Amino acid sequence: MTISKSRGHVVINTEECKGCELCIEACPSDVLFLSDKFNTHGYHPSAYKGEDCTGCGICFYTCPEPGAITVFKRWDLMTETAACSHCGGDYKVFHTDEKPEALICTNCLKPVKDSQ
Amino acid sequence: MNTILKKSSSFFDVYERRPGSDKLTTTYCPGCGHGVLHKLIAEALDDFGVREKTIFISPVGCSVFAYYYFHTGNVQVAHGRAPAAATGIKRAHPGSIVISYQGDGDLAAIGTAEIIHAANRGEGITVFFVNNAVYGMTGGQMAPTTLIGQKTMTTPRGRSVENDGYPIRMSEIIATLDAPVFVERVMIGDTKSTMHTRQTVRKALKLQIEKNGFSFIEVLAACPSQLKMTPSRSKLWVKEVLEKRFPLGVCKDISGEFEGRKFTRKDVKNDELHDILDLETAQVDLEKISRFQDKPINEEIKVAGFGGQGVLSLGTVLSEMGMRHNYEVSWLPSYGPEMRGGTANCSVKISKKKIGSPLVANPTILIAMNRPSLDKFENDVVSGGLIIYDDSLIDRKPVRDDVDIIPIPATKLADELGNTKAANMVIVGALITVKEIMSQQIILDSLGDVLKRKNLVELNQKAILRGAEYIKNLKK
Ligand SMILES: Cc1ncc(C[n+]2csc(CCOP(=O)(O)OP(=O)(O)O)c2C)c(N)n1
Ligand code: SF4
Ligand code: SF4
Repeated sequence: MTISKSRGHVVINTEECKGCELCIEACPSDVLFLSDKFNTHGYHPSAYKGEDCTGCGICFYTCPEPGAITVFKRWDLMTETAACSHCGGDYKVFHTDEKPEALICTNCLKPVKDSQ
Repeated sequence: MNTILKKSSSFFDVYERRPGSDKLTTTYCPGCGHGVLHKLIAEALDDFGVREKTIFISPVGCSVFAYYYFHTGNVQVAHGRAPAAATGIKRAHPGSIVISYQGDGDLAAIGTAEIIHAANRGEGITVFFVNNAVYGMTGGQMAPTTLIGQKTMTTPRGRSVENDGYPIRMSEIIATLDAPVFVERVMIGDTKSTMHTRQTVRKALKLQIEKNGFSFIEVLAACPSQLKMTPSRSKLWVKEVLEKRFPLGVCKDISGEFEGRKFTRKDVKNDELHDILDLETAQVDLEKISRFQDKPINEEIKVAGFGGQGVLSLGTVLSEMGMRHNYEVSWLPSYGPEMRGGTANCSVKISKKKIGSPLVANPTILIAMNRPSLDKFENDVVSGGLIIYDDSLIDRKPVRDDVDIIPIPATKLADELGNTKAANMVIVGALITVKEIMSQQIILDSLGDVLKRKNLVELNQKAILRGAEYIKNLKK
Protein backbone atom coordinates (compact mmCIF):
# COMPACT_ATOMS: atom_id res chain seq x y z
CA MET A 1 0.00 0.00 0.00
CA THR A 2 1.40 3.38 -0.88
CA ILE A 3 1.44 6.00 1.78
CA SER A 4 1.41 9.01 -0.42
CA LYS A 5 -1.84 8.74 -2.27
CA SER A 6 -4.34 8.64 0.58
CA ARG A 7 -4.60 11.47 3.08
CA GLY A 8 -6.57 9.40 5.58
CA HIS A 9 -7.35 5.85 6.49
CA VAL A 10 -10.46 4.12 7.78
CA VAL A 11 -10.77 0.86 9.68
CA ILE A 12 -14.11 -0.92 10.08
CA ASN A 13 -14.42 -3.14 13.10
CA THR A 14 -16.51 -5.74 11.33
CA GLU A 15 -17.93 -7.36 14.48
CA GLU A 16 -19.32 -4.04 15.69
CA CYS A 17 -20.85 -3.03 12.36
CA LYS A 18 -24.59 -3.53 11.89
CA GLY A 19 -24.57 -3.08 8.15
CA CYS A 20 -26.91 -0.09 8.10
CA GLU A 21 -25.00 1.34 5.12
CA LEU A 22 -25.25 4.91 6.38
CA CYS A 23 -21.49 5.39 6.23
CA ILE A 24 -21.37 4.10 2.69
CA GLU A 25 -24.01 6.57 1.65
CA ALA A 26 -22.38 9.46 3.54
CA CYS A 27 -18.80 8.97 2.35
CA PRO A 28 -18.06 11.82 -0.10
CA SER A 29 -15.13 9.96 -1.61
CA ASP A 30 -17.13 6.82 -2.15
CA VAL A 31 -14.48 4.55 -0.70
CA LEU A 32 -16.73 2.37 1.47
CA PHE A 33 -18.78 -0.59 0.29
CA LEU A 34 -20.82 -3.41 1.77
CA SER A 35 -18.77 -6.52 2.18
CA ASP A 36 -20.17 -9.75 0.77
CA LYS A 37 -18.92 -11.62 3.82
CA PHE A 38 -21.07 -11.48 6.92
CA ASN A 39 -20.10 -11.15 10.55
CA THR A 40 -21.15 -13.37 13.47
CA HIS A 41 -24.33 -11.31 13.96
CA GLY A 42 -25.31 -12.01 10.38
CA TYR A 43 -24.75 -8.49 9.10
CA HIS A 44 -22.82 -7.68 5.97
CA PRO A 45 -20.36 -5.15 7.35
CA SER A 46 -19.08 -2.08 5.65
CA ALA A 47 -15.57 -2.27 4.20
CA TYR A 48 -12.88 0.11 2.94
CA LYS A 49 -11.67 -0.04 -0.60
CA GLY A 50 -8.15 0.42 0.71
CA GLU A 51 -7.26 3.79 -0.72
CA ASP A 52 -8.45 7.34 -1.34
CA CYS A 53 -9.83 7.93 2.14
CA THR A 54 -9.37 11.65 2.82
CA GLY A 55 -9.74 11.35 6.58
CA CYS A 56 -12.75 13.68 6.64
CA GLY A 57 -14.38 11.63 9.43
CA ILE A 58 -17.90 11.90 8.04
CA CYS A 59 -18.45 8.15 8.24
CA PHE A 60 -17.36 8.23 11.89
CA TYR A 61 -19.99 10.82 12.79
CA THR A 62 -22.64 9.08 10.69
CA CYS A 63 -22.21 5.66 12.24
CA PRO A 64 -24.43 4.95 15.26
CA GLU A 65 -22.10 2.32 16.71
CA PRO A 66 -19.52 3.73 19.12
CA GLY A 67 -16.71 1.44 18.05
CA ALA A 68 -17.48 0.33 14.51
CA ILE A 69 -15.44 2.93 12.66
CA THR A 70 -12.00 4.37 13.32
CA VAL A 71 -10.65 7.11 11.10
CA PHE A 72 -7.01 8.07 10.93
CA LYS A 73 -7.15 11.63 9.79
CA ARG A 74 -3.47 12.13 8.97
CA TRP A 75 -2.30 9.13 7.05
CA ASP A 76 0.98 10.95 6.54
CA LEU A 77 1.69 10.17 10.17
CA MET A 78 1.72 6.52 9.22
CA THR A 79 5.13 4.94 9.28
CA GLU A 80 6.51 1.84 7.74
CA THR A 81 5.28 -1.54 8.86
CA ALA A 82 6.24 -2.88 12.27
CA ALA A 83 5.48 -6.00 14.26
CA CYS A 84 2.38 -5.58 16.42
CA SER A 85 2.51 -7.29 19.81
CA HIS A 86 -1.23 -8.01 19.66
CA CYS A 87 -2.04 -9.32 16.24
CA GLY A 88 1.44 -10.61 15.58
CA GLY A 89 1.87 -9.73 11.94
CA ASP A 90 3.61 -6.81 10.37
CA TYR A 91 1.05 -4.08 10.09
CA LYS A 92 1.16 -0.45 9.31
CA VAL A 93 1.44 1.70 12.38
CA PHE A 94 0.32 5.19 13.10
CA HIS A 95 1.93 7.95 15.16
CA THR A 96 -0.59 9.88 17.15
CA ASP A 97 0.26 13.55 17.36
CA GLU A 98 -0.77 13.76 21.00
CA LYS A 99 1.76 11.12 21.91
CA PRO A 100 4.22 10.80 19.08
CA GLU A 101 5.94 7.84 20.66
CA ALA A 102 2.70 5.84 20.77
CA LEU A 103 2.33 3.66 17.72
CA ILE A 104 -1.07 2.30 16.88
CA CYS A 105 -1.60 -0.78 14.78
CA THR A 106 -3.96 -0.04 11.92
CA ASN A 107 -5.06 -3.64 11.89
CA CYS A 108 -6.21 -4.19 15.46
CA LEU A 109 -6.22 -0.55 16.62
CA LYS A 110 -4.21 -1.37 19.72
CA PRO A 111 -0.87 0.16 20.72
CA VAL A 112 1.81 -1.72 18.81
CA LYS A 113 3.84 -2.23 21.94
CA ASP A 114 2.18 -2.27 25.31
CA SER A 115 3.93 0.21 27.50
CA GLN A 116 5.85 -1.46 30.29
CA MET B 1 -8.59 18.32 16.34
CA ASN B 2 -7.88 14.71 17.12
CA THR B 3 -5.85 12.89 14.57
CA ILE B 4 -7.72 9.68 15.24
CA LEU B 5 -11.49 9.46 15.42
CA LYS B 6 -12.12 6.41 17.48
CA LYS B 7 -14.43 5.04 20.11
CA SER B 8 -14.62 7.65 22.83
CA SER B 9 -13.12 6.89 26.21
CA SER B 10 -16.40 8.12 27.70
CA PHE B 11 -17.76 4.77 26.53
CA PHE B 12 -16.78 1.52 28.18
CA ASP B 13 -14.34 -0.50 26.10
CA VAL B 14 -16.40 -3.59 26.76
CA TYR B 15 -20.04 -3.34 27.81
CA GLU B 16 -19.74 -5.66 30.80
CA ARG B 17 -23.18 -4.67 32.05
CA ARG B 18 -24.81 -5.96 28.91
CA PRO B 19 -26.14 -9.48 29.50
CA GLY B 20 -25.34 -12.19 26.99
CA SER B 21 -22.25 -12.84 24.98
CA ASP B 22 -22.22 -9.72 22.81
CA LYS B 23 -20.53 -7.07 24.88
CA LEU B 24 -19.22 -4.92 22.07
CA THR B 25 -22.27 -3.54 20.28
CA THR B 26 -25.14 -1.42 21.55
CA THR B 27 -28.72 -2.62 21.80
CA TYR B 28 -29.82 -0.07 19.20
CA CYS B 29 -31.19 -1.11 15.82
CA PRO B 30 -29.07 -0.55 12.72
CA GLY B 31 -29.29 3.12 11.76
CA CYS B 32 -30.82 4.32 15.03
CA GLY B 33 -30.35 8.01 15.86
CA HIS B 34 -29.66 7.29 19.53
CA GLY B 35 -26.24 5.85 18.75
CA VAL B 36 -25.09 8.92 16.87
CA LEU B 37 -26.20 11.28 19.63
CA HIS B 38 -24.49 9.05 22.19
CA LYS B 39 -21.27 9.40 20.22
CA LEU B 40 -21.53 13.17 20.00
CA ILE B 41 -22.13 13.47 23.74
CA ALA B 42 -19.32 11.04 24.59
CA GLU B 43 -16.86 12.87 22.35
CA ALA B 44 -17.69 16.19 24.00
CA LEU B 45 -17.29 14.74 27.50
CA ASP B 46 -13.86 13.45 26.45
CA ASP B 47 -12.77 16.69 24.85
CA PHE B 48 -13.89 18.81 27.80
CA GLY B 49 -12.30 16.39 30.26
CA VAL B 50 -15.44 16.03 32.37
CA ARG B 51 -16.20 12.31 32.03
CA GLU B 52 -15.34 11.55 35.63
CA LYS B 53 -17.73 14.12 37.04
CA THR B 54 -20.57 13.42 34.65
CA ILE B 55 -23.75 11.73 35.81
CA PHE B 56 -25.81 10.39 32.93
CA ILE B 57 -29.47 9.75 33.54
CA SER B 58 -30.95 6.99 31.42
CA PRO B 59 -34.68 7.20 30.81
CA VAL B 60 -37.25 4.56 30.00
CA GLY B 61 -37.29 3.98 26.25
CA CYS B 62 -34.77 2.48 23.87
CA SER B 63 -32.00 4.36 25.64
CA VAL B 64 -32.90 2.74 28.96
CA PHE B 65 -29.59 0.89 28.85
CA ALA B 66 -27.39 3.93 28.21
CA TYR B 67 -25.66 2.93 31.44
CA TYR B 68 -24.31 -0.13 29.65
CA TYR B 69 -22.30 2.19 27.43
CA PHE B 70 -21.41 5.45 29.16
CA HIS B 71 -18.32 5.23 31.31
CA THR B 72 -19.69 7.98 33.57
CA GLY B 73 -21.81 8.03 36.68
CA ASN B 74 -25.16 6.53 35.77
CA VAL B 75 -28.66 6.52 37.16
CA GLN B 76 -31.61 4.89 35.42
CA VAL B 77 -34.93 6.35 36.42
CA ALA B 78 -38.67 5.73 36.14
CA HIS B 79 -40.45 6.77 32.97
CA GLY B 80 -40.40 10.54 32.46
CA ARG B 81 -38.73 11.32 35.76
CA ALA B 82 -35.22 12.07 34.54
CA PRO B 83 -35.45 15.87 35.04
CA ALA B 84 -36.68 15.35 38.61
CA ALA B 85 -33.87 12.93 39.37
CA ALA B 86 -31.42 15.26 37.64
CA THR B 87 -32.57 18.10 39.89
CA GLY B 88 -31.83 16.14 43.02
CA ILE B 89 -28.52 14.85 41.75
CA LYS B 90 -27.31 18.23 40.59
CA ARG B 91 -28.26 19.89 43.85
CA ALA B 92 -26.62 17.18 45.91
CA HIS B 93 -23.51 17.29 43.70
CA PRO B 94 -23.30 20.88 42.48
CA GLY B 95 -19.93 20.28 40.86
CA SER B 96 -21.12 17.45 38.65
CA ILE B 97 -22.25 17.53 35.03
CA VAL B 98 -25.75 16.10 34.87
CA ILE B 99 -27.32 14.91 31.64
CA SER B 100 -31.00 14.12 31.35
CA TYR B 101 -31.38 11.99 28.22
CA GLN B 102 -34.95 11.33 27.13
CA GLY B 103 -37.18 10.20 24.27
CA ASP B 104 -40.42 11.80 23.12
CA GLY B 105 -42.63 9.32 24.93
CA ASP B 106 -40.61 9.82 28.05
CA LEU B 107 -40.28 13.59 27.99
CA ALA B 108 -43.34 14.80 26.10
CA ALA B 109 -45.94 12.31 27.34
CA ILE B 110 -45.57 10.74 30.77
CA GLY B 111 -42.86 13.17 31.88
CA THR B 112 -44.30 16.49 30.71
CA ALA B 113 -44.66 17.88 34.21
CA GLU B 114 -41.11 17.02 35.22
CA ILE B 115 -39.44 18.68 32.27
CA ILE B 116 -41.57 21.83 32.42
CA HIS B 117 -40.80 22.41 36.06
CA ALA B 118 -37.11 21.53 35.87
CA ALA B 119 -36.86 24.01 32.97
CA ASN B 120 -38.87 26.60 34.85
CA ARG B 121 -36.52 26.33 37.80
CA GLY B 122 -33.59 26.59 35.44
CA GLU B 123 -31.80 23.61 36.97
CA GLY B 124 -28.15 23.52 35.98
CA ILE B 125 -28.53 20.46 33.79
CA THR B 126 -28.42 19.58 30.10
CA VAL B 127 -31.44 17.88 28.57
CA PHE B 128 -31.13 15.88 25.36
CA PHE B 129 -34.54 15.17 23.95
CA VAL B 130 -34.62 12.62 21.15
CA ASN B 131 -37.67 13.24 19.00
CA ASN B 132 -38.15 10.29 16.68
CA ALA B 133 -41.93 10.79 16.43
CA VAL B 134 -42.76 7.39 17.86
CA TYR B 135 -42.42 5.12 20.88
CA GLY B 136 -39.51 2.94 19.86
CA MET B 137 -39.03 0.54 22.71
CA THR B 138 -42.60 -0.63 23.10
CA GLY B 139 -43.25 -1.32 19.46
CA GLY B 140 -44.09 1.87 17.61
CA GLN B 141 -47.07 3.47 19.32
CA MET B 142 -48.09 7.08 18.73
CA ALA B 143 -45.97 9.65 20.54
CA PRO B 144 -47.05 13.22 21.33
CA THR B 145 -44.70 14.22 18.49
CA THR B 146 -46.16 11.80 15.92
CA LEU B 147 -47.14 13.71 12.79
CA ILE B 148 -50.73 14.24 11.63
CA GLY B 149 -51.60 11.36 9.37
CA GLN B 150 -48.60 9.30 10.49
CA LYS B 151 -49.47 5.64 10.88
CA THR B 152 -48.33 4.00 14.05
CA MET B 153 -49.38 0.91 15.92
CA THR B 154 -51.98 2.90 17.86
CA THR B 155 -52.99 5.14 14.95
CA PRO B 156 -53.42 2.55 12.19
CA ARG B 157 -55.37 5.02 10.05
CA GLY B 158 -52.94 7.80 10.76
CA ARG B 159 -52.89 10.31 13.61
CA SER B 160 -55.97 12.51 13.54
CA VAL B 161 -56.34 15.90 15.15
CA GLU B 162 -59.83 15.08 16.41
CA ASN B 163 -58.69 12.01 18.28
CA ASP B 164 -55.10 12.74 19.16
CA GLY B 165 -54.47 16.46 19.04
CA TYR B 166 -51.49 18.07 17.37
CA PRO B 167 -47.82 17.07 17.38
CA ILE B 168 -46.40 18.92 20.35
CA ARG B 169 -43.46 21.31 19.90
CA MET B 170 -41.55 20.98 23.13
CA SER B 171 -38.66 23.30 22.29
CA GLU B 172 -41.01 26.19 21.61
CA ILE B 173 -42.87 25.52 24.85
CA ILE B 174 -39.69 25.36 26.89
CA ALA B 175 -38.43 28.54 25.23
CA THR B 176 -41.41 30.53 26.55
CA LEU B 177 -40.17 30.00 30.10
CA ASP B 178 -37.89 32.56 31.72
CA ALA B 179 -35.23 30.33 33.23
CA PRO B 180 -33.89 28.20 30.34
CA VAL B 181 -30.66 29.59 28.93
CA PHE B 182 -30.29 27.73 25.66
CA VAL B 183 -32.95 25.91 23.67
CA GLU B 184 -32.34 24.59 20.18
CA ARG B 185 -33.82 22.00 17.86
CA VAL B 186 -31.29 20.13 15.77
CA MET B 187 -31.35 17.03 13.59
CA ILE B 188 -29.41 13.93 12.82
CA GLY B 189 -30.25 13.90 9.15
CA ASP B 190 -27.64 14.60 6.51
CA THR B 191 -23.96 15.17 7.25
CA LYS B 192 -24.32 18.90 7.55
CA SER B 193 -27.10 18.73 10.12
CA THR B 194 -25.28 16.05 12.12
CA MET B 195 -22.13 18.15 12.26
CA HIS B 196 -24.20 21.12 13.40
CA THR B 197 -25.76 18.91 16.07
CA ARG B 198 -22.23 18.11 17.21
CA GLN B 199 -21.56 21.82 17.73
CA THR B 200 -24.84 22.30 19.59
CA VAL B 201 -24.17 19.36 21.90
CA ARG B 202 -20.81 20.88 22.74
CA LYS B 203 -22.27 24.33 23.31
CA ALA B 204 -24.94 22.98 25.64
CA LEU B 205 -22.48 20.96 27.70
CA LYS B 206 -20.05 23.88 27.84
CA LEU B 207 -22.84 26.04 29.18
CA GLN B 208 -23.32 23.64 32.04
CA ILE B 209 -19.60 23.24 32.67
CA GLU B 210 -18.92 26.97 32.74
CA LYS B 211 -22.11 28.52 34.08
CA ASN B 212 -24.49 25.77 35.21
CA GLY B 213 -27.02 26.96 32.67
CA PHE B 214 -30.10 24.96 31.79
CA SER B 215 -30.19 23.88 28.18
CA PHE B 216 -32.69 21.86 26.24
CA ILE B 217 -31.59 20.28 22.98
CA GLU B 218 -34.25 18.60 20.90
CA VAL B 219 -32.74 16.20 18.42
CA LEU B 220 -34.82 15.01 15.48
CA ALA B 221 -33.61 11.49 14.83
CA ALA B 222 -34.57 8.40 12.94
CA CYS B 223 -36.14 5.25 14.32
CA PRO B 224 -35.90 3.07 11.20
CA SER B 225 -37.42 0.04 12.89
CA GLN B 226 -40.67 1.68 13.93
CA LEU B 227 -40.92 3.85 10.84
CA LYS B 228 -40.54 0.58 8.96
CA MET B 229 -38.01 2.09 6.61
CA THR B 230 -34.41 1.41 5.73
CA PRO B 231 -31.92 3.44 7.78
CA SER B 232 -31.21 5.56 4.74
CA ARG B 233 -34.89 6.25 3.95
CA SER B 234 -35.69 6.99 7.57
CA LYS B 235 -33.01 9.65 7.76
CA LEU B 236 -34.38 11.20 4.60
CA TRP B 237 -37.84 11.16 6.20
CA VAL B 238 -36.50 13.03 9.21
CA LYS B 239 -35.01 15.64 6.95
CA GLU B 240 -37.84 16.02 4.49
CA VAL B 241 -40.97 15.25 6.52
CA LEU B 242 -40.35 15.49 10.25
CA GLU B 243 -38.43 18.73 9.96
CA LYS B 244 -41.38 20.43 8.27
CA ARG B 245 -43.40 20.19 11.45
CA PHE B 246 -40.45 20.74 13.76
CA PRO B 247 -38.38 23.56 12.31
CA LEU B 248 -34.70 23.51 13.21
CA GLY B 249 -33.02 26.37 14.91
CA VAL B 250 -32.40 28.20 18.14
CA CYS B 251 -35.61 28.86 20.08
CA LYS B 252 -33.92 30.72 22.88
CA ASP B 253 -30.34 31.66 23.67
CA ILE B 254 -29.45 34.02 26.49
CA SER B 255 -26.12 32.31 27.15
CA GLY B 256 -24.26 35.54 26.38
CA GLU B 257 -25.79 37.62 29.15
CA PHE B 258 -26.41 34.69 31.50
CA GLU B 259 -24.20 35.17 34.51
CA GLY B 260 -24.29 31.65 35.83
CA ARG B 261 -26.34 29.79 38.33
CA LYS B 262 -24.94 29.76 41.83
CA PHE B 263 -25.43 26.93 44.20
CA THR B 264 -25.36 27.64 47.87
CA ARG B 265 -25.41 24.37 49.63
CA LYS B 266 -26.50 24.80 53.20
CA ASP B 267 -25.19 22.33 55.67
CA VAL B 268 -27.73 21.92 58.41
CA LYS B 269 -26.28 21.32 61.85
CA ASN B 270 -27.76 18.63 64.02
CA ASP B 271 -29.14 21.11 66.57
CA GLU B 272 -30.69 23.18 63.84
CA LEU B 273 -32.34 20.09 62.41
CA HIS B 274 -33.84 19.34 65.80
CA ASP B 275 -35.30 22.84 65.86
CA ILE B 276 -36.67 22.63 62.33
CA LEU B 277 -38.32 19.29 62.97
CA ASP B 278 -39.32 20.32 66.50
CA LEU B 279 -37.59 17.31 67.99
CA GLU B 280 -36.78 16.69 71.58
CA THR B 281 -33.57 14.94 72.36
CA ALA B 282 -34.37 11.79 74.24
CA GLN B 283 -32.04 10.83 77.02
CA VAL B 284 -31.48 7.16 77.52
CA ASP B 285 -30.81 6.22 81.11
CA LEU B 286 -29.13 2.85 80.79
CA GLU B 287 -29.44 2.05 84.45
CA LYS B 288 -33.20 2.48 84.45
CA ILE B 289 -33.68 0.27 81.42
CA SER B 290 -31.25 -2.45 82.40
CA ARG B 291 -34.00 -4.98 83.15
CA PHE B 292 -35.09 -4.88 79.49
CA GLN B 293 -31.61 -5.38 78.11
CA ASP B 294 -31.61 -9.15 77.82
CA LYS B 295 -35.10 -9.65 76.44
CA PRO B 296 -35.29 -10.44 72.73
CA ILE B 297 -37.94 -7.82 72.08
CA ASN B 298 -39.34 -7.58 68.58
CA GLU B 299 -42.93 -6.32 68.53
CA GLU B 300 -44.92 -5.40 65.46
CA ILE B 301 -47.91 -3.40 66.58
CA LYS B 302 -51.01 -2.34 64.69
CA VAL B 303 -53.07 0.39 66.35
CA ALA B 304 -56.45 1.01 64.73
CA GLY B 305 -59.61 2.96 65.44
CA PHE B 306 -61.70 5.97 64.43
CA GLY B 307 -59.98 9.15 63.41
CA GLY B 308 -60.08 11.30 66.52
CA GLN B 309 -59.55 8.43 68.99
CA GLY B 310 -55.87 9.22 69.23
CA VAL B 311 -54.76 6.14 67.35
CA LEU B 312 -51.82 7.86 65.70
CA SER B 313 -50.63 9.52 68.88
CA LEU B 314 -50.87 6.20 70.70
CA GLY B 315 -48.39 4.99 68.10
CA THR B 316 -46.10 8.00 68.47
CA VAL B 317 -46.06 7.69 72.23
CA LEU B 318 -45.10 4.00 71.94
CA SER B 319 -42.33 4.69 69.46
CA GLU B 320 -41.02 7.78 71.28
CA MET B 321 -40.95 5.80 74.50
CA GLY B 322 -39.31 2.94 72.67
CA MET B 323 -36.46 5.28 71.74
CA ARG B 324 -36.03 6.20 75.39
CA HIS B 325 -35.53 2.51 76.07
CA ASN B 326 -32.83 2.28 73.43
CA TYR B 327 -34.96 0.21 71.04
CA GLU B 328 -35.03 0.57 67.28
CA VAL B 329 -38.46 1.95 66.44
CA SER B 330 -40.59 2.89 63.47
CA TRP B 331 -43.99 4.54 63.17
CA LEU B 332 -46.03 4.58 60.00
CA PRO B 333 -49.46 6.20 59.86
CA SER B 334 -52.20 5.30 57.45
CA TYR B 335 -55.45 7.15 57.29
CA GLY B 336 -58.35 7.63 54.95
CA PRO B 337 -59.03 10.91 53.19
CA GLU B 338 -61.57 11.94 55.82
CA MET B 339 -60.25 13.66 58.91
CA ARG B 340 -62.99 12.61 61.32
CA GLY B 341 -65.27 9.64 61.44
CA GLY B 342 -63.12 7.59 59.12
CA THR B 343 -60.78 4.88 60.26
CA ALA B 344 -57.13 5.38 60.93
CA ASN B 345 -54.35 3.06 61.84
CA CYS B 346 -50.66 3.10 62.38
CA SER B 347 -47.92 0.53 62.39
CA VAL B 348 -45.32 0.61 65.10
CA LYS B 349 -42.23 -1.53 65.36
CA ILE B 350 -40.25 -1.81 68.53
CA SER B 351 -37.22 -3.99 68.27
CA LYS B 352 -33.77 -4.80 69.55
CA LYS B 353 -32.71 -5.29 65.94
CA LYS B 354 -32.44 -2.81 63.09
CA ILE B 355 -35.75 -2.34 61.30
CA GLY B 356 -35.81 -2.96 57.56
CA SER B 357 -39.32 -1.81 56.74
CA PRO B 358 -41.88 0.09 58.79
CA LEU B 359 -44.77 -1.92 57.31
CA VAL B 360 -46.68 -4.24 59.61
CA ALA B 361 -48.67 -6.89 57.77
CA ASN B 362 -48.96 -9.44 60.56
CA PRO B 363 -48.93 -7.75 63.93
CA THR B 364 -47.73 -9.43 67.09
CA ILE B 365 -49.99 -6.98 68.91
CA LEU B 366 -53.28 -5.57 67.65
CA ILE B 367 -54.83 -2.65 69.46
CA ALA B 368 -58.39 -2.33 68.20
CA MET B 369 -60.26 0.74 69.38
CA ASN B 370 -63.43 0.21 67.35
CA ARG B 371 -65.40 -2.58 65.73
CA PRO B 372 -64.29 -2.05 62.10
CA SER B 373 -60.66 -2.25 63.19
CA LEU B 374 -61.20 -5.53 64.96
CA ASP B 375 -63.08 -6.88 61.93
CA LYS B 376 -60.35 -5.74 59.59
CA PHE B 377 -57.20 -6.80 61.41
CA GLU B 378 -58.17 -9.71 63.67
CA ASN B 379 -57.18 -12.33 61.15
CA ASP B 380 -53.82 -10.73 60.46
CA VAL B 381 -52.49 -11.19 63.97
CA VAL B 382 -49.76 -13.80 64.24
CA SER B 383 -50.58 -16.98 66.08
CA GLY B 384 -49.55 -16.55 69.69
CA GLY B 385 -49.94 -12.79 69.40
CA LEU B 386 -52.03 -10.41 71.45
CA ILE B 387 -55.27 -8.52 70.82
CA ILE B 388 -56.18 -5.64 73.09
CA TYR B 389 -59.58 -4.16 72.34
CA ASP B 390 -61.85 -1.53 73.80
CA ASP B 391 -64.87 -3.49 74.96
CA SER B 392 -66.71 -0.35 75.95
CA LEU B 393 -67.10 0.36 72.22
CA ILE B 394 -66.77 -3.01 70.51
CA ASP B 395 -69.82 -5.19 70.78
CA ARG B 396 -68.28 -8.52 69.86
CA LYS B 397 -65.52 -10.70 71.13
CA PRO B 398 -62.61 -11.71 68.94
CA VAL B 399 -63.06 -15.23 67.57
CA ARG B 400 -59.40 -16.23 67.40
CA ASP B 401 -58.44 -18.91 69.91
CA ASP B 402 -54.73 -18.98 69.17
CA VAL B 403 -53.93 -15.51 70.51
CA ASP B 404 -54.10 -13.79 73.88
CA ILE B 405 -57.12 -11.56 74.15
CA ILE B 406 -57.49 -8.69 76.57
CA PRO B 407 -60.67 -6.63 76.63
CA ILE B 408 -60.38 -3.27 78.35
CA PRO B 409 -63.12 -0.61 78.56
CA ALA B 410 -60.62 2.12 77.73
CA THR B 411 -63.09 4.77 76.64
CA LYS B 412 -65.24 4.22 79.71
CA LEU B 413 -62.24 4.39 82.06
CA ALA B 414 -61.04 7.57 80.35
CA ASP B 415 -64.49 9.07 80.61
CA GLU B 416 -64.42 8.43 84.36
CA LEU B 417 -61.16 10.39 84.46
CA GLY B 418 -62.91 13.27 82.74
CA ASN B 419 -62.01 12.92 79.02
CA THR B 420 -62.73 10.08 76.62
CA LYS B 421 -59.77 11.24 74.52
CA ALA B 422 -57.42 9.72 77.08
CA ALA B 423 -58.60 6.21 76.12
CA ASN B 424 -55.46 5.77 74.06
CA MET B 425 -53.24 6.32 77.09
CA VAL B 426 -55.32 3.92 79.15
CA ILE B 427 -54.33 1.37 76.55
CA VAL B 428 -50.66 2.36 76.73
CA GLY B 429 -50.79 1.75 80.46
CA ALA B 430 -52.46 -1.59 79.92
CA LEU B 431 -50.08 -2.68 77.19
CA ILE B 432 -46.88 -2.06 79.11
CA THR B 433 -48.33 -3.90 82.06
CA VAL B 434 -49.24 -6.95 80.01
CA LYS B 435 -46.06 -6.93 77.97
CA GLU B 436 -43.15 -5.87 80.06
CA ILE B 437 -41.24 -4.05 77.37
CA MET B 438 -41.00 -0.58 78.91
CA SER B 439 -40.74 1.06 82.27
CA GLN B 440 -43.89 2.76 83.50
CA GLN B 441 -41.83 5.29 85.39
CA ILE B 442 -39.85 6.36 82.33
CA ILE B 443 -43.07 6.81 80.39
CA LEU B 444 -44.72 8.86 83.10
CA ASP B 445 -41.59 10.98 83.49
CA SER B 446 -41.10 11.75 79.86
CA LEU B 447 -44.71 12.10 78.74
CA GLY B 448 -44.34 15.85 79.01
CA ASP B 449 -41.55 15.83 76.40
CA VAL B 450 -43.60 13.79 73.97
CA LEU B 451 -47.08 15.28 74.12
CA LYS B 452 -47.67 18.47 72.17
CA ARG B 453 -50.44 19.73 74.45
CA LYS B 454 -48.77 20.25 77.77
CA ASN B 455 -52.03 20.88 79.64
CA LEU B 456 -53.07 17.30 78.99
CA VAL B 457 -49.98 15.68 80.51
CA GLU B 458 -51.47 15.16 83.91
CA LEU B 459 -54.67 13.62 82.56
CA ASN B 460 -52.68 11.27 80.37
CA GLN B 461 -50.43 10.23 83.22
CA LYS B 462 -53.54 9.33 85.20
CA ALA B 463 -54.90 7.41 82.24
CA ILE B 464 -51.72 5.37 81.98
CA LEU B 465 -51.89 4.53 85.68
CA ARG B 466 -55.55 3.63 85.32
CA GLY B 467 -54.86 1.26 82.45
CA ALA B 468 -52.07 -0.41 84.41
CA GLU B 469 -54.24 -0.76 87.48
CA TYR B 470 -57.05 -2.31 85.46
CA ILE B 471 -54.71 -5.03 84.18
CA LYS B 472 -53.28 -5.71 87.62
CA ASN B 473 -56.82 -6.18 88.96
CA LEU B 474 -57.60 -8.59 86.13
CA LYS B 475 -54.57 -10.68 87.04
CA LYS B 476 -55.62 -10.97 90.65
C1 LIG C 1 -44.64 3.99 34.03
C2 LIG C 1 -44.44 3.32 32.72
N1 LIG C 1 -45.38 3.43 31.76
C3 LIG C 1 -45.20 2.86 30.56
C4 LIG C 1 -44.07 2.15 30.29
C5 LIG C 1 -43.92 1.49 28.93
N2 LIG C 1 -42.98 2.19 28.07
C6 LIG C 1 -41.70 1.79 27.97
S1 LIG C 1 -40.82 2.68 26.85
C7 LIG C 1 -42.18 3.63 26.46
C8 LIG C 1 -42.12 4.69 25.41
C9 LIG C 1 -40.73 5.14 25.07
O1 LIG C 1 -40.77 5.98 23.98
P1 LIG C 1 -39.73 7.16 23.75
O2 LIG C 1 -39.59 7.95 25.00
O3 LIG C 1 -40.16 7.91 22.54
O4 LIG C 1 -38.31 6.47 23.54
P2 LIG C 1 -37.76 5.58 22.32
O5 LIG C 1 -38.01 4.18 22.75
O6 LIG C 1 -38.49 5.98 21.08
O7 LIG C 1 -36.33 5.90 22.28
C10 LIG C 1 -43.28 3.23 27.21
C11 LIG C 1 -44.62 3.85 27.11
C12 LIG C 1 -43.10 2.05 31.30
N3 LIG C 1 -41.95 1.39 31.11
N4 LIG C 1 -43.30 2.65 32.50
S1 SF4 D 1 -22.54 3.31 9.63
FE1 SF4 D 1 -21.51 1.98 11.10
S2 SF4 D 1 -22.92 0.32 11.50
FE2 SF4 D 1 -23.61 1.34 9.64
S3 SF4 D 1 -22.62 0.20 7.98
FE3 SF4 D 1 -21.26 1.87 8.45
S4 SF4 D 1 -19.84 1.04 9.98
FE4 SF4 D 1 -21.55 -0.36 9.86
S1 SF4 E 1 -36.69 0.91 17.92
FE1 SF4 E 1 -36.10 2.83 16.99
S2 SF4 E 1 -35.39 4.13 18.67
FE2 SF4 E 1 -35.38 2.01 19.37
S3 SF4 E 1 -33.30 1.25 18.98
FE3 SF4 E 1 -34.55 0.69 17.22
S4 SF4 E 1 -34.29 2.37 15.80
FE4 SF4 E 1 -33.58 3.08 17.77
